[in-house]
Parts: sequence; structure tokens; C-alpha cells
Amino acid sequence: MSSPVPPGTSVATLRVNGEERTVAFPTHHTLLEVLREELGLTGTKHGCELGECGTCTVLVDGKPVLSCLVLAVEAEGHAVETVEGLQQGNQLHPLQSAFADLGAAQCGYCTPGILMASKALLAENPAASREQIAVALSGNLCRCTGYQKILEAVEWAGRTLCGENAPPARECSFGAPLPEEVQRG
Amino acid sequence: MAERSEKQDGAAAKPEAAREIAVARNIVGTPYRRVDGRAKVTGQTRFADDLSFPRMVHMRLVRSIVPHARIVSIDTSKAAAMPGVLAFLVGKDMPNTFGILPVSQDEHALCIDKVRFVGDPVVAIAALTDDQAYEASLAVRVEYESLETIATVEEAIATSEPRIHDYSDEGNIHKKVSMQFGELEEGFAEADEIFEDVLLFEGNTHLPMEQHATVAVPEDDGRITVWSSTQTPHYLHRSLAKVLELPASRIRVIACPNGGGFGGKSDPFNHEIAAAKMALRLGRPVKICLTREEVFYCHRGRHPVLMKLRTGFKRDGRMTAQHLQTALDGGAYGSYGVASTYYTGALQTVTYELPRYRFDSVRCFTNKPPCGPKRGHGTPQPRFGLEVHLDKVAVKLGIDPADIRLNNLVQPNTITANWLKVGSIGLKKCIEAVVAGSGWRERRGKLPHGRGLGLACGSYLSGAGLPIYWNHMPQSGVQLKLDRSGCVAAFCGQTEIGQGSDSVLAGIVAEVLGIELLDIRLCVADTDLTPVDLGSYSSRVTLMMGNAALQAAQRARELVARAVSEQLKVPQDRLVFAERRVFDSEDPSKGLSWPEACVCAESRFGTLGTTGSYIPPRSPGRYRGAGVGPSPAYSYSATVVEVEVDPETGLYRVEHVWMAHDVGKAINPVLVMGQIEGSVYMGLGEALMEEQVFRRLPKNRSNALVHKHPSMLEYKSPTFLEMPKVTSYIIEDPDPNGPFGAKEVGQGPLLPMMPAIANAIFDAVGVRVDQIPVHPHLVAKALEEKARGKEPRVGPRAFPSIDFGTPLRVPTPAEGGDGQAVNQDEAKVRTGTGTMTEREEALRGTKR
Repeated sequence: MSSPVPPGTSVATLRVNGEERTVAFPTHHTLLEVLREELGLTGTKHGCELGECGTCTVLVDGKPVLSCLVLAVEAEGHAVETVEGLQQGNQLHPLQSAFADLGAAQCGYCTPGILMASKALLAENPAASREQIAVALSGNLCRCTGYQKILEAVEWAGRTLCGENAPPARECSFGAPLPEEVQRG
Repeated sequence: MAERSEKQDGAAAKPEAAREIAVARNIVGTPYRRVDGRAKVTGQTRFADDLSFPRMVHMRLVRSIVPHARIVSIDTSKAAAMPGVLAFLVGKDMPNTFGILPVSQDEHALCIDKVRFVGDPVVAIAALTDDQAYEASLAVRVEYESLETIATVEEAIATSEPRIHDYSDEGNIHKKVSMQFGELEEGFAEADEIFEDVLLFEGNTHLPMEQHATVAVPEDDGRITVWSSTQTPHYLHRSLAKVLELPASRIRVIACPNGGGFGGKSDPFNHEIAAAKMALRLGRPVKICLTREEVFYCHRGRHPVLMKLRTGFKRDGRMTAQHLQTALDGGAYGSYGVASTYYTGALQTVTYELPRYRFDSVRCFTNKPPCGPKRGHGTPQPRFGLEVHLDKVAVKLGIDPADIRLNNLVQPNTITANWLKVGSIGLKKCIEAVVAGSGWRERRGKLPHGRGLGLACGSYLSGAGLPIYWNHMPQSGVQLKLDRSGCVAAFCGQTEIGQGSDSVLAGIVAEVLGIELLDIRLCVADTDLTPVDLGSYSSRVTLMMGNAALQAAQRARELVARAVSEQLKVPQDRLVFAERRVFDSEDPSKGLSWPEACVCAESRFGTLGTTGSYIPPRSPGRYRGAGVGPSPAYSYSATVVEVEVDPETGLYRVEHVWMAHDVGKAINPVLVMGQIEGSVYMGLGEALMEEQVFRRLPKNRSNALVHKHPSMLEYKSPTFLEMPKVTSYIIEDPDPNGPFGAKEVGQGPLLPMMPAIANAIFDAVGVRVDQIPVHPHLVAKALEEKARGKEPRVGPRAFPSIDFGTPLRVPTPAEGGDGQAVNQDEAKVRTGTGTMTEREEALRGTKR
């Protein structure tokens, strides 16, 4: 017979990316900590552990949530999605392809959180405008990209999800064409 | 959607026409998916804190809560009795000093006698869990005897005792520099008018998204491996060997991909060394991941710089002479500070022709987290000064600010007054692109009140010409291994910090061998396995590693070509390497697939391997201090920004940025775009809001000097909502020193952002804010001054009075100089002792 759960420890069955796992962890640990430490899902990152940077964003029942502000025990009975669940088999999600191709992931550290927040947005509105994307992602900080490639990638993925085959304009990859008078000079 | 393995389809795809020319470029110049792209979007990239090992324990540091004090006693007895606690380290366990520069080995892994800033680490604790280590860290008692605290440059200059360090050029002045290039007074005498400005650039920090983390693992053979989020594994390797007193061959450093660096992970750090020591003591893996607050204490960010420019101009806007003075607030340790000090003067000469130039500088120690290299390293501050200064002068002389720059441009292939050799310069085209793109000529000065345009330029190194410590060895090395599978393994010590260096390495090798990116396997940033590369700093990797990769790949190509030539009986010079084949250019059907060609070469020569290495060309400067500034190539940028200012409140918004950057040759244009946009963003943050500033607690609460806001919420940085529209132009003026002509792009485009914004605010509402950040309340204050009929300006008034002694005098090339100082011996300025100077002297001695 197993011994009772010691005080300060919880045992919970978490459903992450459609798979159930039963884990024991300190009751005060956040979903972020349990995902990374007990479940080994290190794709979810941390930048502040205070709910300030958006890096640890995961989806809970389809909604973006800062996993550093949610206790793991609170996630029991809910569907948790992390970056590891984004691809289908070996096939990347359109957001993932677009981010990879446009260099929207530079250091890649904020990327999992931004991908998850973007997934929630596009699930609601795949035709989201640039302004709507910026608002939806405004809680996620990125220090590398200047956000431009991220916006272009989310727009591209949105178009793909709408069934359009419309890669971003040439300017996104090559820069703006030089003004005519400059080329002549 | 069909997945693309490397090259983009659609708009970015390779034009068909290029395929027809067998020798055409395959990869270089084409946007391709970064080789680490897939790992980064699937969560598979392993950052340092993602690692864990069997029996791994956790470490925390106890950091000083006072800014300047002697350590009287450390009591760990209560903490030692707490559950899970395994071991402690204190300063005397690691008595050897370390530091990034040989000239300032002034750090201990843990403080021994004295603490120098709030956040200086004193004790390391290991416990079974991180929670236990944290709880124990709260139970450690450290008794301090407080010393007088030095908060600013002015205080440091005025207070020689107590000294924060027992070494320095003078009291709490860490470093003092004075150099004069050419007959300055003659230059001022030739001027029609002389202009002066005093400006301030407040400090700010890198704020990488990833907190620094280290895992130290004792290996089964008694050696130790240190995995860390570092931009400079080679320098960390050297520091570990020094402090741990182990042969370097028994230490292996592996730099994990960095979750952002920007210069903030370029120093060897206390926590890295303490983790290694703890792992050796316990005989088990030890992990430490800093909290976000601790990252603010590690800092090494932008130095606060007060500066004064005095420049003589002809009426047509040409410069005759300039005297620049800078004062840097260095914080509590040396870090890269001696180099930073020189960098606040070195690159003033590479954009606009400056026939005579004097540069004086001091770097002071203060009781704050140490400053160091942040993107642009020491050059954004004087660049801000120069570009605002020029804008003001242009207005006063009635010259268009674009023209005053165009009329002063340094010519390609010249040697500047301070003996920097400049190669290609695409700055003219950069200025023309942003001027035309923004409608500058038609719109500047003519927009409605509150709306304005500002212009500025910049330049940056493509790698520092000299290594951190003096040596004759390559600054970057690449090794290739080829075999019958067709797989090419490339080994290089370079470190991927997000800038795309892995992709440049793979791209260049694939280009030369005519194969695909997926044929290349990389092994990087591992001091056991990879040839030394000095690290990801000074924008050096594309140029230096790129040249080493080019050489290694060309040698591999030569081997394969010899073997294939013999087998096919086709002259070697007719062989083409493209599309994973080696074939006869006169009869493309006659050829071998790439794996067949490898079989052929391996059969002919045995095991296949080549190396490539890179050492930059020697710089013509021969004076003390000439080691900072030289680079194999300089990148150039120009920007125009458009702002909308509310004249009532001073609140403003940057609406549009036009940025042109001369990258020499874009190896991968889509990653070049990413670097330009990222630099625009970071410069915007520095101009608008970012600042690493401190306040004093009340006297009755210890009088401590504490960080105002060591959190991501309160350290303001731009979000998606603050980003303006960015129009980027990639300008390519190839430099013969760069691989395929490539120069840097990671840092240069940041430089002109701050002055362009300040200049745009002047165009919009006619006021000057001569300090960074340009806070809206400062704009409002300047507007109030204007309304009262006073000088419509906010900013510092005066530069402190400092005796710089007799400057080192170096005749310019135009004066017939030879790159040496004429008064090396009598120059009264102290240039410190140690390697920054020594290595230059040694270089002169051995290479002359």
C-alpha cells in the first residue's frame, strides 16, 4: 500500500496536449514549474516568473494563460496546450512554418509563448488585422525581432489557415525596393 | 501547407534564371530558413535552464543588500541546518580574481573582503531543490560595515577615498584617456564658427528574455563540463581555468543557444564559476538560473555617458577640428570598461571627414552594477552626441541636415585622423535612400506643428580588430569533416545568440560546396570539440567566422575537385559544384552526385578534413590606445524617423522609421531584415523609455543605492503597440575583407535611432532634449522653457572639470604621421598597466 501524500505535496492528473499524466509536486508550484520539471516539457519558457513578460504563455481550454501565475493544481480538469502540441505529427503548424521561414524566431526564447498566444487569436479570427494581432500579442515581450517579422508571420499563417496560398511580400525578405532616384544615382 | 525544408517558396524563392547559370550562387543572397528555425518553433532548442541531469542539485546566491561595505562576518549555521541544504561556498573558497579584460582582473566569484554594489554575490548555497536553496539563502546572515557610497561620476571624481578598488588610474577614476590627432588648434583657427554641445546618455540594460543559467556537470573521467548561456565560451573557459586552478584541458565549456544576449552574456560571471566550483565540491551536477532581479544586477549594460563636443566648422558645413570629452559611469567593476572608454571616442571619425581630433575620457567606479558592452558598445552615446550636434549646426548654418552629412562623408579606402583604415562605405546611398523614401526634401520643416522628421547616421565595426587578450592565433577557426555519406560536419566555436550565426556558417559552407543546408551538420560553441572562435561580440561573427568557413570550404572543394577531376578525366577548373553535384561545365551530364564525389575523394585521399582560420589585417595605428577601433570593415546606416508630438503634454509617438543599412553583402537577406528591425526596435526603446537608474534609500534605511526598478514590468521596454512602421533598405557595398563582401548588421542600425528621434522632436516642436531617454516630461519641460522665452532645451549644462594632462599626440596621415605618437614617453596621461597597452606594444615589437 502506498503512503499518503505528504503535506505540502499534491498529486494531480494533468491533461497536456491531449495526454493525461499523473504527477506529484509541491502544492505551491506553478503550472510553469510542473510543465518544465515534472513533465519535462521545457518548450515553455520563463522570463520573469511574475506575470510581466508573456514568455510562459500556454493555452488553458484554448485561452492564453501565463503559466507562471497559475498553480498546477488549478489546471487539473482543464485542457492545457503547450508549444510541444502545436505540430501535427511531424508536420509544422502554419504558424510554426511562417515563424521559421521569416526569422520571426531569432533567439527563439519568447517564441513558444508568442506562438501559443497567436494560436488562440487565429483560432478565433484567422483574418485578424495587423492591429488586432498587435493588441493580442501586446503582453508578450520580444527583444530580438522588433516584432515586425512576428506580425508578418502571424498574418501569413492566418492567410494559410483561411486556405489562401499567399506568402508575404518580397519586401519582407529583401527590404524595400530602393527609391528610383537612388538607383539611378 | 507544404513544409519547406530550407529555402522559401513564393516571393522569396530563388529566381529560375539563376538556376540556368551553373556557377550561380545557390544560397548566399537568397532568403533561407534559419538552420535552427525548426527547433525554435517546436520548443526543441535546449537553452541552459532546459537541461537537467541525474542527481542534479540547485544553487542560489546570497547577494549584498548594501552598496559599499566591508564584510565583517558570514553566518551560515542556521541555513546549514535547513532541509536539503548540502554545501556553501564563500569568497575565500575561490581567491583568484577574474575579469574579461586582462587589464581589469578585479572580480571574485564571491566577494571576499568587501561588497561594491547591491547585488554583489557573497555566498553560494547548494540544496536538493531550488526551493530549499532559496529558503536557505534567506537564513544566511552577513554582517557589513558600511563605507561611503559613490553614486555618480561627479561624486567619483570628487571622492578619491574610500576607493572602490585598490587599482585605478586615480582615486575612483578607473581609466583616464587623452589623445590628440593632428594640430587641433590650427583646425579651430581655420574654422568660421565653433559650436559646443553638452549631452547625456543615461544607462540602460540588455534585458534578454532568457535569464542567465548555468549547469556544471562533473564527468565520469574527473573532468568538468559547464553548460551556460554565454556569448563568449572561450573567455569563460579561460576564467574558469584561472579561478578553479585547473588545466583548461580538464574543463569543457559548452555555450547553449542564448535566449538573447545583446552583450549582456559576454562577461564571465560569478554564478558560472561558483556553479563549477560547487559541482566539483559535491561531485554532482549543479544548476543555477538567475532570477530576473539578479539579471538586472549582472547588468554589464550601456554606460551612462556625459559628453561634450566642441567642433570647428567652415560656413559650408565642413568640419575642421573636433574636441570630444566623455565621462563614463562604470559601476562597480572593470568589465569591458577600458575598451568601452576608448570606444566612446574611436568611431567618431569613420562617417564624416574629421581632419583633426582630440578625445579625452574618464571612466569612474561607482557603487552600482557594473556597466559593459551593450549592442553598439560605447559608440551609441557619442554617436547620439555627434548626430544631434550636427543637426543643430546644420540648422544654425542654414544647411539641410542631410546635406551637411553628405558633404562631409569619409571617402572609401582612406585612413582617418585616428588611423582607422576604412574600406567600403555605402553611407551616401543609405542617406539618399532614406531621404527619398521619407520625402525628406519636401516634408522636413514643412509638416504641421507637432509633426516632424529627424535624420541621423551611424557606423559600426564588423568585428574588433584585436582579441581581448594579446595573441597571434586565429580569432576564428572552422574545421570541416566530410565522408562517404555526403554529410559535411562543420565545427566552430561560434555562439548562436539569435543573430543567425549558425545559418551563416552552414550557408557559406553549403554555398561553396554546392550542396544543401540539410547536408551540413553543425557542432558549435564547445571548447572540447570546436576550434576557437572568440565569441559573439563586436559584430565579428559573420565576417571572421565567415572567412574561416570560406577558407575551410574552399580547401574541401579543392580536395574533392582533385579526386573527381582524376576520375572523370575533366580538368579541375572546368568542374562546377552546384545542386548537390560535381560536374563538367562543358558537359553537365558528365558528373558525380555529391555523395559519389565524397566517396571518390575519400578513396583517393583517405579520411577527409579541412580547416580554415581568420586573423584580421593589421591596423596602421601604432599609438597606445590604437587597439580599440580598428576593424576589417565598417558597416554604415542612415535613418529618418517621423514623430507626432503633442505640444501640450510632450507625449510623442514615433510613426514611421526609414532605415537603410550598408551590410556589404546580405548572406541571408531575411535575417539581415530581422537584424535591422531588431536594431530599430532596441534603439527606439533606448530613445523612448529604457533606463537603468538608481535611487538612495533614506538614511535610516541604510542609505543604500538601489536599482529603481529591477523588474520587467517597471523597466519599460517597447511592446508590439509602440512599434512604428519600419521601411528597411538593404544597401550592399561589398567590402573586400568580408566573406562574399559581407559586413555586419547586428548592431549598426541601432546607432542612428536615438539621435534621429531627438532631431525629429526638434523638427516637430522646435525644442531640444539633449539627453537619452527623451522622456515626454522632458519634452514638456523644454516646451515650457520655450513658452517662457527661454532657451528651448533640456539637458546637462556642463562637463566636469578634469585634468587630462598632456594628451598623447599622434600626427594624422595628412600631416605625414606614421601612426605613432610623438610624445609617447612624456605624455602625462596614465594609460594604466596591463594588457590593453602591453599587447599593442608587444604587437609592435614582434611584428615591426
